[in-house]
Amino acid sequence: MSVEAITIIMVLITFGLYTGIGWWSRVKDTSSFYVAGQNVPTVANGAAIAADWMSAASFISMAGLVAFLGYDGTIYLMGWTGGYVLLALLLAPYLRKFGKFTVPDFIGDRFYSSSARTVAAIATIFISLTYISGQMRGVGIVFSRYLQVDIIIGVLIGMAIVGFFALLGGMKGITWTQATQYFVIIIAFLIPAIAISLQLTGNPVPQLALTGSDIVDRLTSIQIDLGMTEYMAPFTDLSMLNVFMITLALMAGTAGLPHVIVRFYTVKNVRAARWSAVWAIIFIALLYLTAPAVGAFAKYNLINTIADQPLEEVQNIDWVNKWETTGLLQFNDLNGDGIVNFSEGEADNEVVIDGDIIVLSTPEVANLAPFIIALVATGGLAAALSTASGLLITMSSAVSHDIYYRIFNKDASEKQRLRVGRITLLVALLIAAYVGINPPGFAGEVVALAFGLGAASLFPVILLGIFDKRMNKEGAIAGILTGLIFTLLMIGLILSESIFGTDGAILDSFFGINAQGVGVIGMALNFIVSFIVSRNTPAPPVEIQQLIENVRAPEVDSELEIAATTEDN
Amino acid sequence: MGEPEKVQTLDDKQNWYWKKNIKFISFLLVIWFLVGLGGGVLFAAPLNEVPFFGVTLSFWIAQQGAILVFILLILSYAIRMDKLDREYYEKKDQ
Repeated sequence: MSVEAITIIMVLITFGLYTGIGWWSRVKDTSSFYVAGQNVPTVANGAAIAADWMSAASFISMAGLVAFLGYDGTIYLMGWTGGYVLLALLLAPYLRKFGKFTVPDFIGDRFYSSSARTVAAIATIFISLTYISGQMRGVGIVFSRYLQVDIIIGVLIGMAIVGFFALLGGMKGITWTQATQYFVIIIAFLIPAIAISLQLTGNPVPQLALTGSDIVDRLTSIQIDLGMTEYMAPFTDLSMLNVFMITLALMAGTAGLPHVIVRFYTVKNVRAARWSAVWAIIFIALLYLTAPAVGAFAKYNLINTIADQPLEEVQNIDWVNKWETTGLLQFNDLNGDGIVNFSEGEADNEVVIDGDIIVLSTPEVANLAPFIIALVATGGLAAALSTASGLLITMSSAVSHDIYYRIFNKDASEKQRLRVGRITLLVALLIAAYVGINPPGFAGEVVALAFGLGAASLFPVILLGIFDKRMNKEGAIAGILTGLIFTLLMIGLILSESIFGTDGAILDSFFGINAQGVGVIGMALNFIVSFIVSRNTPAPPVEIQQLIENVRAPEVDSELEIAATTEDN
Repeated sequence: MGEPEKVQTLDDKQNWYWKKNIKFISFLLVIWFLVGLGGGVLFAAPLNEVPFFGVTLSFWIAQQGAILVFILLILSYAIRMDKLDREYYEKKDQ
């Protein structure tokens, strides 16, 4: 049986599984409409958070980005996991204690203002839209490779499937589906990683193989032979300033991602929120600790397979041939010598390779069994689907709950809100598909921009809302607008070539900081502006100050209270 | 009417809880910064001279070590706060 046939069978089996589980948990949840998820064990909730959060970028793009960036790939590895520390320590427990449904809900109530709510809802929609287009592209790549169709058709098929799942799952009961998707994702990532690790180093644990064997050394030396940068040396692709800024932007942005924060509202209590975060980081780290190993192994295999080989022989390899037809892998024999010249210089490099195909092609490059190749494709789809469904629901609740119901139509019935939610979902899907077909970079970079915007807008405002009692609505709104406008403007100017089609970038960088890192400056401006404005305007009303005090107080825990009183007696 | 009066609704015990919480969070975030952005970025050049098994120390921190430390930070926060919750309820009202 061909790889394509096995892939289609595995994709159909897993989709059937998700549909079945979605249906099963949906039926059970009708009896407990608003407390859905409160009976979910923290381990399952942690797995659902991990699946929600690990996107196509984490699964498909990240190892590829690390493979090309070498040391500097740490911006994604540390940025995305380090942000989780901020989320778990600074935001999740308090937002759970506050106990509303969405992020704009918290911001709107805490800053007693419809304007703050609207700005937060718009930021939520904007961030989620940017983020989802990366998912659509990931889905498109998988379909275009394994169904051998054009990437545009791939994106359209992906769009139909994601839309079907989000509409079916609705607002409730997606927790168990996402928990299942986590296990598909992690198995699909670990099995080929272990197989390649064994093949290259003889050590079955990829993390130990990366540090314990000489693979990074070997990779460094063949890269130098080809005139590429040293794999292990820091700051060869990005300056130290940029690595610092991008890492920080990804960290703060991760903590401010609305679709991840929302997951913490569904747990039983504050304690469960803290332990869900523990399980989630363990599940996430399993993939994040493996990805740098996969990146290094993949790069090593890829170079050995194609560099300095006769072009005709390379093009006859089955996987090369199939990736070439997707347009994501191209060869141009510039000097006409019939030999593939693989380097980093623009003048003599004859291989154009899209970073997004690194993980997906890895098992084929290493000649692993067809079922492993199919497994990886299935995992990539699970990663994109679980994140896309979380994002679609976050966007549709921002529009139907926060904007339509809380601001425009306070008497809206449940049915009306649901209809608005569904329409939003479809519109969002269409926009995402369009951006997925015409992306400004690879999936990882598209997503990174969403993080910059999150870092500059939502993260500072939520943080100040909890830890600065004196912060008022004037300060918060001024801060969020400053951060958002500055960051959007800078990203627009720096990436003007691909966004607006100008000749070259209008602005090269912001004092040496590139588009991905500029969100940190937006965040700093947000903090400064909101501080200055709040100290020169009236303090928040008494009931708001009481609300903040209440969020800070320990939760009433009847079990512990009873335990303590019985001891006293 | 000028400034609304300052509100203080937390009792002494709750205040004690919040201060302990802040202190512990600050401690964890200092480690977070030193290991991640310090060891992986700011001190990357000198640490890149230090060998660590098959790679260099800064490479290991940047691609493995920092993530392991992040897990420990979140885990110790959950454990410490469980303990603080118990202490809070056992603390006699003053």
